[in-house]
Formats: sequence, C-alpha cells, structure tokens
Amino acid sequence: MHKEFEKLGVTVLAMSTDSRFVHKIWQEQELSKMVDGGVPFPMLSDGGGRIGQVYGVYDEEAGVDIRGRFIIDPDFVIRAAESLTPEVGRNPAELLRQIKAFQHVRATGEVTPSGWEPNEVTLTPGPDLVGRVWEVWKP
Amino acid sequence: MTELKDGCVKPTRGPIVAPQPDTATATSHPGEVRSVRAQVGKEALDFEATAFLPGKGFGPVRLSEYKGDWIVLCFYPGDFTFV
Repeated sequence: MHKEFEKLGVTVLAMSTDSRFVHKIWQEQELSKMVDGGVPFPMLSDGGGRIGQVYGVYDEEAGVDIRGRFIIDPDFVIRAAESLTPEVGRNPAELLRQIKAFQHVRATGEVTPSGWEPNEVTLTPGPDLVGRVWEVWKP
Repeated sequence: MTELKDGCVKPTRGPIVAPQPDTATATSHPGEVRSVRAQVGKEALDFEATAFLPGKGFGPVRLSEYKGDWIVLCFYPGDFTFV
C-alpha cells in the first residue's frame, strides 16, 4: 500500500501520543509481523497532545489523539481532513482517490465530481457550464 | 539524523504558531483568546515532534521540512491498540 503513496510522491507521517521509544518497539514487536519490513514512514510523538489540540483531534478526557487525517498540498495548504473516533479504521483507497483528485485539480484547473476516479469525466467551471452539468456528468 | 545518545526526556517545540500580525491584535477585543486551529483550505500549522524513523533511529521531525511535497498526516489513538 505504501508503494501507492510513493508513486504519487506523498510523504506519510503518523502521529500518536506514544513516545518514540514505544513506536520503535511496536514496529519491532507487531507492525513488522503485519507489514513486510515494518512500516516505512516516520512515527511521530505528540506527548501531551499539544499538536493534536491545534489540529482539533485531541480527546482531552482520553488523553489521546483520535483518528484524524489531513492531506497537505505542496503549498502547505490543508486540502482535506477526516476525523474518526478510534473504533473504526480508515479507508486507504478513499485517501488515495482524494490525493489523485487533488493532484489532478492542481495540474489542470478542472474540478472533479462526486466519486471521481482517474480518467473519468471532469468539469471545467465557467459560465457555459452553469445549469448544464447534467449534460456532461451523469452519476 | 540518527541520535545515538538520546536521553529519557527530550523537549520538542510542539506546535509552532507564527505570531499574529499587529493589525490582528489591534482589532481584537481586550481579553479575547485567539485560538489557532488547523482548518481545511488554510495553511497547515507547523510543528516539531520527536520521532522514530524506521531504518534510521530517532530524530526530530518538523512538518515544514516537507513543504513542497504532498503530505498525509495521520493521527491515531495509540500503539498496540486494535484497529
């Protein structure tokens, strides 16, 4: 899966309130048994949840960061955010789809309709398209 | 980047928030707390954190080091949990 992110030129950073030492042992004891060679991306420590707080994902009662995910573009602008309470995992396929869509938009100036996948029809905003989306895009 | 000597406690900068411009403080009400929050469509908030770097060891990571790349920043509740 990480290969897909590399292909798109994406840097993945993971962060929890655990220390860097716990990250290392988790990698050695468990992650390396789930993923061949272990996870390849940096695992950051947010001790005290100060970073999670400014990103709006720190649960003060539990003392942990919930499952927040942010896509940041090359201009350092946050393009997408998702937060889940801890008991449901993320969908990496949807994350990849969103990155591809944002990269396409950035490269072309077109916009992508709901559920867009690469090579599907995009829209070019402008006066001519107003009221005529139905002609070019049929969900 | 590898730090061979790495003690138990190591301070990091955490969130790095640029000081508000003077104009902003001039227009804000006295006693108002200006909280800075990450927001979609706005610039990401920079930070520095200690990190485990697989294959390299330990080191500080600053988010803005990766400026110019696409970045996915993922928070999660904890190591050795279930999901």
